[in-house]
Amino acid sequence: MSTEKEKIQAELDAYNASVEKATAKFPERAHLPEQRLYTPLDIKDTDYADDISFPGVYPYTRGVQPTMYRGRFWTMRMYAGFSTAEESNKRYRYLIESGASGLSCAFDLPTQIGYDSDDPISEGEVGKVGVAIDSLADMEVLFDKIDLGKVSTSMTINAPASVLLAMYIAVGEKQGVSPDQLKGTIQNDILKEYSARGTYIFPPRPSMRLITNIFEYCSKNVPKWNTISISGYHIREAGSTASQEIAFTISDGIAYVEAAIKAGLDVDAFAGRLSFFWNAHNNLLEEVAKFRASRRIWAKVMKERFHAKKEKSMKLRFHTQTAGSMLTAQQPNNNIVRVALQTAAAVMGGTQSLHTNSRDEALALPTEESVMVALRTQQIVAYESGLADVIDPLAGSYYVEAMTNKIEAEAWDYIKKIDEIGGAVSAIEQGYIQKEIQDSAYKWQMDVESGAKTIVGVNKFQVEEKPVEGLLRVDASVGEKQKGKLAAMKAKRDNDAVKKALADLEAACDDTNENLMPHILNAVRVYATLGEICGVMRKVFGEYEAHTNL
Amino acid sequence: MMEKHIRVLVAKPGLDGHDRGAKVVARALRDAGFEVIYTGLRQTPEQIAEAALQEDVDVVAMSILSGAHPHLFPKVVELVRANGMKDTLIIGGGVIPEGDIPALKKAGIAEVFTPGTPTGDIVEFIKTHVKK
Repeated sequence: MSTEKEKIQAELDAYNASVEKATAKFPERAHLPEQRLYTPLDIKDTDYADDISFPGVYPYTRGVQPTMYRGRFWTMRMYAGFSTAEESNKRYRYLIESGASGLSCAFDLPTQIGYDSDDPISEGEVGKVGVAIDSLADMEVLFDKIDLGKVSTSMTINAPASVLLAMYIAVGEKQGVSPDQLKGTIQNDILKEYSARGTYIFPPRPSMRLITNIFEYCSKNVPKWNTISISGYHIREAGSTASQEIAFTISDGIAYVEAAIKAGLDVDAFAGRLSFFWNAHNNLLEEVAKFRASRRIWAKVMKERFHAKKEKSMKLRFHTQTAGSMLTAQQPNNNIVRVALQTAAAVMGGTQSLHTNSRDEALALPTEESVMVALRTQQIVAYESGLADVIDPLAGSYYVEAMTNKIEAEAWDYIKKIDEIGGAVSAIEQGYIQKEIQDSAYKWQMDVESGAKTIVGVNKFQVEEKPVEGLLRVDASVGEKQKGKLAAMKAKRDNDAVKKALADLEAACDDTNENLMPHILNAVRVYATLGEICGVMRKVFGEYEAHTNL
Repeated sequence: MMEKHIRVLVAKPGLDGHDRGAKVVARALRDAGFEVIYTGLRQTPEQIAEAALQEDVDVVAMSILSGAHPHLFPKVVELVRANGMKDTLIIGGGVIPEGDIPALKKAGIAEVFTPGTPTGDIVEFIKTHVKK
């Protein structure tokens, strides 16, 4: 064996010597990493049984299910929502009719930060980046004629995730669907809100309590619900590298598991419902390696650090979204091609579900037509490309395996560093994670500006362009409409019952031993608004204040 | 021109948490020799106007990615001017459809920078248009 390695090494040395001069003639490509060719020598320490193994087998490098897409395809889940519940309901039904297999709700910023549409701070933002939800009444409209017993729904909601989940449970009750039949995900990942996404409300400690309350409540009452989607997506969007994306996110995951264990939960009672959310960025092979590395790291964390017994607790299941930050406002049709390549990465990386961005999203929310192209992109990759026919097709590639090892090693270095700081919460409080992300974002921008990095249509191959026509515009009157609906609802509801439910919630917030979910559910059922419920929690818990160092 | 540093307030009006652009621009402006103050997220127009006054800035540079710019950008201009800062250069950026730009300029936003703009363009624009 060693003689074979020596032979390869000798041939590699000869090859490198022969191309050294030739490649020097191409200064345009000189910024690339030094290594141009990968051979068996790059994965000589990789052991198939220990490091790669089989799909559905620890450490799950090749995928979490034995069958992967030979069973069924990933869930094609298109993130959507804008304006009022009525408008968004129409879009959801259109997506379901077009073959989307799961829903994914986008909420407007006031909803994400726990304010009602009539709050002065909401002005100008109502219905803009997602649907406005003020109370159960809006949620009933949002899921009108959609059977919650059949559909699986992902909700991008974090700080007030408990409230939106309670509303979803209450809509299910009204449809006659019991909580144990509900399927879906709440994002519920507050730590990345502090480090990358910005829609936090409460300080870390009470936020972590809300999250563990949800873990506990769902493990008993809503067992098919994914209680958190630990998200690297936004960390990457904020500018991190691939290794940083998975490292910071897995460190967040470690913090959630530690908090839940500290709250007295058994790791195997909740860990199987943890899920992840990754970005599919431009560098296809690096991304595939990243997805594979993330599975291997999480499996080791859960087995070795937290001593999980159930296999399900060790499996990193993930949703993917193509990289919004890589869409260009210039020559927007080029984005269709970028999204197709990113889709290929997600599929070859073994994603469980996928949202594909639309070509016009660097300009505005997508139109129905461009959303259709994005969904069709997934369907073409699934049915026509052959990429989904074989499980983990890039395994064994010298480059992809070496890159998987490299990303894993880089991520472990960060995870250790964050452990030394005292965990993800401390690292965020000290601004460490934010600073690392900012530095990477700045480097990216400078590379684009210097030309070291080429973005087609942005810093190369530019053309004179006419402004894009036919962009989606959110009706400017949505704020007023929503205010009107809210006032009418408040006049109709039993206001004494609301007062009582809110007082009861406040008392529960004060008692750290109390699980808040049943109290929130009671308040939601009597049509207490999101702003009222979050207002009570703001009063008891206070609000997080960010400190940004440039 | 550069003897006295140009002071810039980089601000995030509204509720959106996407401040990658704001932070990258802030840092590029600082590297270009400006004095930069970043407000952080979720600033009301009132808070931004107040910060501009307190920090005695020459430029207010705002970023919005949520679509709330038609409401919030003009509001900031109005409040900054109401504070007596008649010459302060006010610029904006973010995910802003081309069609919205004329109205924003009419409302007093001197220039709108959309995705893909090199930071050097923003630096040049400020140097050319700032009144000191």
